[in-house]
Amino acid sequence: MASNAAVPFWRAAGMTYITYSNICANLVRNCLKEPYKTEALSREKVHFSISKWTDGKPEKPTLRSDSPEE
Amino acid sequence: MLGRASMLLPCRSILPARARPFSTDLPAAPSADATFTEAWTKVIPNMDPPKTPLSFMQPRPPTPSSIPSKLTVNFVLPYASELATKEVDMVIVPATTGQMGVLPGHVATIAELKPGVLSVHEGSEMTKYFVSSGFVFIHANSFADIIAVEAVPLDRLDVNLVQKGLAEFTSKLSSATTDLEKAEAQIGIDVHSALNSALTG
Repeated sequence: MASNAAVPFWRAAGMTYITYSNICANLVRNCLKEPYKTEALSREKVHFSISKWTDGKPEKPTLRSDSPEE
Repeated sequence: MLGRASMLLPCRSILPARARPFSTDLPAAPSADATFTEAWTKVIPNMDPPKTPLSFMQPRPPTPSSIPSKLTVNFVLPYASELATKEVDMVIVPATTGQMGVLPGHVATIAELKPGVLSVHEGSEMTKYFVSSGFVFIHANSFADIIAVEAVPLDRLDVNLVQKGLAEFTSKLSSATTDLEKAEAQIGIDVHSALNSALTG
C-alpha cells in the first residue's frame, strides 16, 4: 500500500483540496466575459454574521458580506 | 530475508476471492417495505401508506451483461445540472493523469479532474466546457457522474483576461516567499495556462 505516494504540490504546501478547488474556480470565474462574470460573482457571494462569545455571552454580531475568496 | 518475503506472498493472494462487490452489482433495495404496508392497510384502510425517501429515488440500473451502445452522463455543478442522464457516445475528461476518453463499457473508475477542457461527443456534435476542477465517477453500468465546481462553455472566456492573469501569476511565482504563496502562484499558472491552451488550441 503506497501511503507515501507523491503528494500534489498544493498539499505539500499545507493547502487542502477544497481550498485548491475553490481557488481554481475563482480564477476561472475571473476570466469570464462581461455579463457572465457579474452573474457568476454575484452567484457566489456569501453573507454571514459573526459574533464572538466571551464569558458565555455573545457580543454584538458583525455582519460580513465578503466576496467568497476566504 | 528473501525467503521470508516469498513466504508472505502466498497468504495475500487468497484474499481477493472474498472481495466485496461494487454497489452497482448488488440488487436494488426494495423501495416499499411489505410488512409495513400490510400493517398500515389493516389499521388505516382509507389512506395510502406514506412514501419513504427510498421510493422517490430511482435505483441505479444494474450492470448489463453486454456493453451498452451509449454512455449516460450526469454532469452537475453546485448551482445547476448541466447534463442530466444524457445519452452520449463519448466524453473526454481532463483527468490529472491526462485527457481520458470514456466510452460505454469503460471500467469503473474514479478520477480527479485538473483544470481543462471537457468535451461531450454525441453523434456528430461536440460540446466543450472548461472545467475548473472536480471528479468523475465512472460506474460499471456505463453511467458517468461528472461533478465540477465551475464549468463554462469556451465562448464565455475572455482571452485578454486569461493572458493578463497568466503574466500576473508568473510574476507572483518569482516574487513568492512562503510555500503557500508559491503554491497559490503555481495554481494560478496552471489554471491560466490550461485556459490559454483551451482558447488557442
